[in-house]
Amino acid sequence: MDRFKEKGKQMIWPLDIIILSIVIICGIAAISIKDLLGAAIIFGAYSFMMCLLWSAMGAVDVAFTEASVGAGVSTVFFVAAVFRTTRRTKD
Amino acid sequence: MKALGLIAALCLGVLLFYISLDFPSWGDGRSPASQHLSPYYIEHTMEDTSVPNIVTAVLADYRGYDTLFETAVIFSAGLACFFLLRVPERQAPAARFYRHLSTGITFRIEKGGRLPENTGEFERIDSVWVPYDVIISVTCRLVVPFVQLFALYVIAHGHHSPGGGFQGGVIFGAAIILFAISNNLRRTLRRMSEKTSALLSSVGVMIYAGTGVLCIIMGAGFLNYSALASILGVDPVAARSHSILVVEIGVGIAVTAVMVWIYYNLSSAGRQDEGL
Amino acid sequence: MEAIGSLIIAKYNYWAVIALLLIGLYAMIAKKNLVKKIIGMNIFQTAIILFYVSIGSKKGATIPIILHGPGDSAHAVHAADYINPLPHVLMLTAIVVSVATLGVALALAMKVYSQYGTLEEDEIQKKIMELEPG
Repeated sequence: MDRFKEKGKQMIWPLDIIILSIVIICGIAAISIKDLLGAAIIFGAYSFMMCLLWSAMGAVDVAFTEASVGAGVSTVFFVAAVFRTTRRTKD
Repeated sequence: MKALGLIAALCLGVLLFYISLDFPSWGDGRSPASQHLSPYYIEHTMEDTSVPNIVTAVLADYRGYDTLFETAVIFSAGLACFFLLRVPERQAPAARFYRHLSTGITFRIEKGGRLPENTGEFERIDSVWVPYDVIISVTCRLVVPFVQLFALYVIAHGHHSPGGGFQGGVIFGAAIILFAISNNLRRTLRRMSEKTSALLSSVGVMIYAGTGVLCIIMGAGFLNYSALASILGVDPVAARSHSILVVEIGVGIAVTAVMVWIYYNLSSAGRQDEGL
Repeated sequence: MEAIGSLIIAKYNYWAVIALLLIGLYAMIAKKNLVKKIIGMNIFQTAIILFYVSIGSKKGATIPIILHGPGDSAHAVHAADYINPLPHVLMLTAIVVSVATLGVALALAMKVYSQYGTLEEDEIQKKIMELEPG
């Protein structure tokens, strides 16, 4: 039973607040920036910060999936689509 | 329009804030989400299936029906991208770019012109071509086999560590996409053609559904893995553990093929002659 | 003051999720570029996944992989020592569906661009009005 006492985790709340604020700033930046390639890259950073948040909460399978899907394949799809269409936007 | 959107979003925000005051506190062990079914899964996974990773056991065994249709969803997404974007060969614009290897002169051949034969003096290049970079090409060719090995490890070790079929499949697809980005898209198409990826994605779904039908043939219900104990030659608990591995391999194959297929169609806008 | 402090500590994750939901919803409604709308849709989806995952956490519990040593097959497992695995299972399917939707949405955006030459919604509407006055 004492194996569980040493394995159990407490949430480190300063780390949590910092990652949450970075996530919200990345989210606002991804939709406000006028260059679509920059928006795709910031969206990749947003996905990776979400992955860190979930692994801090203990959801390791979800964090693994989000790291490979969001910060990997999803960013590549966005960059490929931006490459084949236009890169500037007015808004 | 923007002001209207902002007002609508803020009204929704105020409403959700008022609702959130009634939610259970964070980290509370007695919240209703942790009460009724999840204690059963936590306590009985080890004795029912002998798989320590509870998430993999619930995903592939207790809730295997949902995962079958999730695989079907990702297969139909690959199919939808193919039908939306793919342009057949005869309709594609036929201007090609060639480069003479010894002098470095590039020239463009329009439709109806005569293409140079494959003597080794001319190489075909993309329309946005940069000079050949040795470092990126060689480094990515060295790294790709290790990434694929890691992907196979993630699929196979999903019972004891975080991972499983879907994560390993995405990493394998990402390794092939890395090869396609660092080298030519045409070289990747020569090694893993579009027909192969389309075939593999349906083979993955068929493996999953075929395991379920095999369980029906052996006499139990659909996707009831303990009926496969006589084929595999082990007791029913270990039969469930091995069938989870078979099913995860099916999911991994399907996801790999679909990621590569969507990348082929997106990066070349359907024409599949030049990529990123 | 004390009550407000404990309220904030107990519920600040829900408020962060609400902020992300509003960002995603605003991007889907008010932005004119199609790729920005798709980014807003993905932000909305990941915020919902964050909400479900944060419901499943328990104080003092460990990750949902059962600790077992070699030859250690018969000790009792208590549900209060592991965090709730059910939201993780549901959210794995949600991430898969979100990447599938992203692929199809980007394919549609590329088709619209090849037909109308632009990705801005107001210019597309103007071109549709010119082509079909009916």
